[in-house]
Amino acid sequence: MSLDLSFAGRIYPPTAPYQVGREKIREFATAIGATDAAHHDPAAARALGHPDVVAPPTFPVLITMAACRQIVEDPALGVDYSRVVHGDQRFAYTRPVVAGDELVCVNTIEEVTTRGGHGFLTTRTDVTDAAGEPVVAVWSRIVVRGEA
Amino acid sequence: MELPTQTFRVTRVDLIRYAGASGDFNPIHWSDRFATSVGLPGVIAHGMFTMALVGRAVTTWAGAPDAVVDLGVRFTRPVVVPDDDEGTEIEVTAVVKGVTEDGLTRLDVTATCRGEKVLSQARAIVRTPR
Repeated sequence: MSLDLSFAGRIYPPTAPYQVGREKIREFATAIGATDAAHHDPAAARALGHPDVVAPPTFPVLITMAACRQIVEDPALGVDYSRVVHGDQRFAYTRPVVAGDELVCVNTIEEVTTRGGHGFLTTRTDVTDAAGEPVVAVWSRIVVRGEA
Repeated sequence: MELPTQTFRVTRVDLIRYAGASGDFNPIHWSDRFATSVGLPGVIAHGMFTMALVGRAVTTWAGAPDAVVDLGVRFTRPVVVPDDDEGTEIEVTAVVKGVTEDGLTRLDVTATCRGEKVLSQARAIVRTPR
């Protein structure tokens, strides 16, 4: 089954807010071995000018990957998730994610193509805070491998 | 300018811990039986775990945990993690490519495992230390 190319440019409704927890940032930082005090100790984060502990740069993927389910699980688009390989990933920050943030994601399908029997899907997720201010834009490109 | 190489050891328990923390429970990252059934040589690291290590390397070079303004990679080759005490190693190096109009530093990053590149087009933009 191939991808429906007409999905290019589609913008999805905003996701329910994700509450960024201090313990979740600590857990994630520990899992990747990030020991800097600003990921763990609110006082150390405040000394850098942040209201609470700072998330490592790839942390938002927890939020955006869940948010992108509204795309990849849309049967009309035709992504066979068992054949998906992660192609590219990018984070472009306006400011770091910190504990206490309530983040909302808006997904846009930037590109849908097929080439050599494989499907390629590029999504951009614009992540904003409770005030509606931009926090980070996240691009993800997945490859849906064709049947060999 | 070339930045000092940073080496990260990766064992199976790191992948289990990352699966739990990230919520990515794809069995290719913890089950040899499943990984080999889909044509992989064995359990492989989450691409996002490798990218997280690159994030660590970049923040270490930049000298601040909140320095990363932009970080992008292409995943080109899986990182196979054997089921033993040694696991594998990922080496991360970078070259300073210049300074942006906004005074930010651009880095070209290379990540290798067993002598082979596992990422391409890995680039970072960081704030310079305060």
